[in-house]
Amino acid sequence: MTSYCSFPFLFLFLPAVIAVYQLMPEKKRPYVLLVASYLFFWLISGKLLVFLLFTTASIYSIGKRLDREGEKKDALLKTAPREEKKAIRQLCQKNQRRWLALGIFLQLGILLTIKYSGFFVENINQLLKWQQIEPLIKVPQFVMPIGISFYTLQAFSYLTDVYRGVTKAEPKLSRLALYMSFFPGLMEGPICRYRDMADQLSAGGKITYHQLTYGVQRILYGMIKKVVIADRLNPLVQELFDSGTAYDGGLMFVALFAFTCQEYMEFSGTMDVVIGTAQIFGIKMAENFERPFFSRTISEFWRRWHITLGTWFKDYIFYPVSMAGPMKKLTKNTRKSLGSYYSPLLAGTVALFCVWSLNGLWHGAGWNYIGFGMFHFVLIALGNFVEPPVAWAARKIGLQRECFPWRLFQMLRTAFLVGMGEVIFRASSLQQGLQMLKTMFTSFSLSSVKDGTLFALGIDRHDFLITAVALCLVLTVSILQERGIKIRDYIAAQKTPVRWLIYYGAVLFVVVFGAYGNGYLPIDPIYAGF
Amino acid sequence: MEELMDILQEFEPGVDFEHCTDLIDGKILNSLEILSLVAEIEDVFDITIPTVEIAPDNFNSAQAMWNMICRLQEEE
Repeated sequence: MTSYCSFPFLFLFLPAVIAVYQLMPEKKRPYVLLVASYLFFWLISGKLLVFLLFTTASIYSIGKRLDREGEKKDALLKTAPREEKKAIRQLCQKNQRRWLALGIFLQLGILLTIKYSGFFVENINQLLKWQQIEPLIKVPQFVMPIGISFYTLQAFSYLTDVYRGVTKAEPKLSRLALYMSFFPGLMEGPICRYRDMADQLSAGGKITYHQLTYGVQRILYGMIKKVVIADRLNPLVQELFDSGTAYDGGLMFVALFAFTCQEYMEFSGTMDVVIGTAQIFGIKMAENFERPFFSRTISEFWRRWHITLGTWFKDYIFYPVSMAGPMKKLTKNTRKSLGSYYSPLLAGTVALFCVWSLNGLWHGAGWNYIGFGMFHFVLIALGNFVEPPVAWAARKIGLQRECFPWRLFQMLRTAFLVGMGEVIFRASSLQQGLQMLKTMFTSFSLSSVKDGTLFALGIDRHDFLITAVALCLVLTVSILQERGIKIRDYIAAQKTPVRWLIYYGAVLFVVVFGAYGNGYLPIDPIYAGF
Repeated sequence: MEELMDILQEFEPGVDFEHCTDLIDGKILNSLEILSLVAEIEDVFDITIPTVEIAPDNFNSAQAMWNMICRLQEEE
């Protein structure tokens, strides 16, 4: 079982879980999901399941300690005189902070060791080499448990929310275990919050016709994105990025476009399969995409792409950093001189730097990922700083910023800038990524398209045609969704023959035009590697 | 409450703060505007707003903000 779009998952594992779940009494159903989730993890990562079990057990016990400290505080505050309340609050908060620090240390310690120690040691060795110091440190190598970057963030949010009093600590271990391991979200998210998921996961409701059909439709749409588009583009993307700058600038533009499409189709397609799978069991997972390529600015793009990661960073990094004591002082001290826009922007930019450094590193231990993060940090910070003068200039020249041509220009510009970031992201190194971007502009030529080289790079004219048709289909669906049209409700309201014609058409589209079987190499789930 | 309404009106003159209940969920206020608003509220009402209070429930409407301000004033 290599991905949610694989044959064993969709045609063996999932139907078996659905059947067992439906046959069990209501109270036992959450346990079916829990056992299925652990089995799913074990099938992919084997004994590394122990990491997930340890994380779950540790946040369970630390969460309970945090809760107890909170209850102690409330009890003391009830009887304490007014002048002592502040001191009591501070003392109890100190104890809670210690427990929270321990919890975070354990979770981050595991993640840092497994995912980043090799990268850090390699860089230390590089420094030692430059200083001609021997011997070098042995680079540690660990096998990563599947989804560790995702479930660690969930564990972090659970502990922090209990500490903040946003949620109560879970008294039942099995409920917390299911939140941490729920199989549809294990590999690539979405990164869910405990308070949104706990009750849904333990409801154990019967699978209804509506849930099943809507879930399967969503899965089918995800399959079109993943199997027809992302997998079909795979040989082209591999060839262009493996050869780097061996090709001309025109093909580097193709690399940018192809990988950006591929990544969006792979990740959002998988999210459709994930959310559709959860929907079958009556569980509503958080959406991770909201048609990001309709965004007019980079900030907006990141509010529409990998939404749950963005909100996680906003809640647990951006606000805590920008509202820390020194940052608040900075905002206060500069308000008179800089005004109400630029003064909080200083603190916001410092927080933004932290967010994007961590966002880059979260995606992978490599300089290209840090470069990817910094690229977006610079674009967003620049966008924020120039917004007032741009708005002023637009007013002066009478530019209608809401007119369609201007909005279209902004969307295309944003998509292109995002694509540039994706080239850095996908490249084997930061140097290769920057070199590819340079080639785009310094050796631009259309000769590879004219002489047919483009069609000999792993995919031919027919592949391009199929990809283009499928992309048009996704674009049409996206435009309708942007206009607030609920397509699945619309299809459900049609007469039976029309409905089934659409369903069969979609199934046939995947079966006939999907890139699978002999001679095809499906793309690895990109985000599962993080 | 009137003081808060004045702050909000000055902040985003086009928004109907009296009736709007999705200032955060409806993406009317972004994260930078929240920072600015927090600084202003802290200044005017002489309170400290901790990070934990930065949640949609507390900023989705003028009434929710006012409730938060009263609660924090009482706690301090």
